[in-house]
Amino acid sequence: MKVAVLKGGRSLERGVSLRSAARVEDALERLGHKVVPIDVGSDLVKRLRAEEPEVAFVAMHGVGGEDGTAQELLEILGIPFTGPDAAACARCIDKVMAKAAMRGAGIPTPDSFAFTQTAFRELGAADALADLEGTLGFPLVVKPSRGGSSLGIKFAGAPTEVPGALIAAFSYDDRVILERFVAGRELAVSVLGTEPLPIVEAIPDGGDRYDFEARYEIGRTRFVCPADLSPTERAAVTDAALATCRALGCEGFARVDLILAADGPWVLEANAIPGLTDTSLLPQAAEAAGMSFEELVTRILDMALAPSAA
Amino acid sequence: MTEVPEPPHKRRAHTSTRDLERYADLFAERTTVMRSSAMRDLMAVTARPEVISLAGGLPDTSTFPAESLAAQMSRVAAESAAAALQYGPTEGFDETKDCIVEVMAAEGMLPDPDDIVVTTGGQQAIDLVTKTLVDPGDVVICEAPTYPGAVPVFCSYQADVRQVEMDGDGMRIDLLEELLDDLRAEGRRPKFIYTAPSFQNPAGVTLSLDRRVRLVELAQEHELLVVEDNPYGLLRYGGEPLPPLYQLDGGDFVIYLGTFSKILSPGIRLGWVVAPPPVLEKVVLGKGAADLCTSTLTQFFVRQYFAEGGWKNYVEDLVGIYRGRRDTMIEALTEHFPAAATWTEPEGGLFIWATLPEYIDTEDLLAKALRSDVAFVPGKAAYVDGRGGASMRLNFSGVSDEEIREGIARIGRVIREQVELYEALTPGTPSEASPESAPATPGRAAEGMPVDEEAEASNVFPLRKAGGASG
Repeated sequence: MKVAVLKGGRSLERGVSLRSAARVEDALERLGHKVVPIDVGSDLVKRLRAEEPEVAFVAMHGVGGEDGTAQELLEILGIPFTGPDAAACARCIDKVMAKAAMRGAGIPTPDSFAFTQTAFRELGAADALADLEGTLGFPLVVKPSRGGSSLGIKFAGAPTEVPGALIAAFSYDDRVILERFVAGRELAVSVLGTEPLPIVEAIPDGGDRYDFEARYEIGRTRFVCPADLSPTERAAVTDAALATCRALGCEGFARVDLILAADGPWVLEANAIPGLTDTSLLPQAAEAAGMSFEELVTRILDMALAPSAA
Repeated sequence: MTEVPEPPHKRRAHTSTRDLERYADLFAERTTVMRSSAMRDLMAVTARPEVISLAGGLPDTSTFPAESLAAQMSRVAAESAAAALQYGPTEGFDETKDCIVEVMAAEGMLPDPDDIVVTTGGQQAIDLVTKTLVDPGDVVICEAPTYPGAVPVFCSYQADVRQVEMDGDGMRIDLLEELLDDLRAEGRRPKFIYTAPSFQNPAGVTLSLDRRVRLVELAQEHELLVVEDNPYGLLRYGGEPLPPLYQLDGGDFVIYLGTFSKILSPGIRLGWVVAPPPVLEKVVLGKGAADLCTSTLTQFFVRQYFAEGGWKNYVEDLVGIYRGRRDTMIEALTEHFPAAATWTEPEGGLFIWATLPEYIDTEDLLAKALRSDVAFVPGKAAYVDGRGGASMRLNFSGVSDEEIREGIARIGRVIREQVELYEALTPGTPSEASPESAPATPGRAAEGMPVDEEAEASNVFPLRKAGGASG
């Protein structure tokens, strides 16, 4: 089968995307497919028209990659593609929309407030900050609304740290959220179709628990899969993850990040196109489920070609 | 008949989690300080063609005449093919050392050729000296900020790196003396002081003559080694040449690192170490272990190139080009950076170091800048302790005047957006920058945010204010 692998692009997560794609391309070749690697740029439509792939494997991350932009084009061109559809991608990448959908579906997600730059620049939103800080408490987390990695996510331990954290987050997006910090175990549930894979737990090795970068580095964070959870905990976490996928309309695959607190799971976000690199969590979860990377890629591809079977 | 196994696939089979863990168990302790990060991924975007990158440290090799390269390489091939393709001595060819002596003489130094070892670029020179002198936990002193490429070297040998603040006259020798006293009180002796006294990377500042003299005195009094890294000494665009530390010291306590990268080509990977014989002997042994010898082919090329005698003319050409680009960048900074920003005005070298209000983190700013297709090096790369967050290194040698103007204008725009946002977030803060951004006057700076105190608090060194520069 002729498979176009969409990768790279202008996203800030270009580097991760290229690594994901390299591994996918390799697996596809091993599986006997004809691979057409496409570093996404202004010639994307032209290239897709010229190559006429039977299916597109989307291995892009971050804004411009997993936000539905490329997916919309693929829908227009009538090329089946892996992962969630454009609308689901657009919902997942935007934490404001995703959290609204989760709240609507009764899924626990930490309290948050969203701001645009305009609100601060033109509407004096700064005057409302103190109230919010009272509601959310400290520390609080400041995140760009759109973005798939740790970039731009900051903790503010005190009111004086909020402006700096906001400026940092606004570097990545024009809208940011201030979110209540929930202490607990950090879990990731990868979902393939409607099937949850074994849960991964990220355990930071000492150091600063507010250091998000450490999570993405071998040797500074330990990943345990399957996570050591009681049957009740596992069921609660899995249910929350599946409900999140349903609420956001994710078909194909997704990874849901949660915190397991004393009072149960809190969903932080869903990644429409989770990383597929050597160190990414979805492949780790698949492996724990006894699935090789080639099998994983095959499953993902099959779902793209027959979405109803998912 | 024996079955021949199929040749391996062009890419290795994928790494499983188990593999990763297995390798991770085998990693040496020193690799734990070799870090990758989301920031490194961010730098992947800077390589895209539409991005104006002020992040590189690149000399402009397009100015080197291609026909000259062709002619010299042809002569090497015609006259010395067998030798040029063979291994060479670990310490380098005598003829290469003659070229090195010539380059050093141009700055007033007279090294003994026997004290020289030719290295694979200046980077290997730093690596070999550190390998020779530093055990895990040993103290290495360097400037704050220091050369970003030295940080991973010192870290990989698990040095205890201490950084000494600089001002417009280079490393603060008074602070160095305090540090030396503190270390002595702890019963610790630093293995060496690493410094780039001329047009330092990344700060662009130059160590004053008084401080050079005092530093060499200190080295001699306390029998301390100073590692002088001087890649840019001949690229001076203004002011009077200053004697290198090596010249002041005579080579007893100063180990000198040089390179052909900035006066000829970084692609030939030729640098050198000049060290006292006992140190040199160990450096040569270390080099033998690392790579046996430096490329003979490029050593033959350099020999040929120097024989033609035009190397100083090429350096003069470069000086003319880079001086113009430095001036363009300073003009652009004055025009486009907000009043609260400061930057250095280097008398040579390749870099300007700019410092912004401390609430701006230049790593995040880079993400924003990349959305405008422009890149720089965030200041944290030049520190071992997470400082430098509000600073950035800007390169002017590897980009055209137009790119400099456009690149600085774009960075100025994103900074201004951050500044305005900060003002909106912290009502009551006096305006520091407006889109029109009038040059800062002393009065305005005094009324406004305490720029200098803030800068001091975040351990950066304000050197020139926007608009307050003398050029």
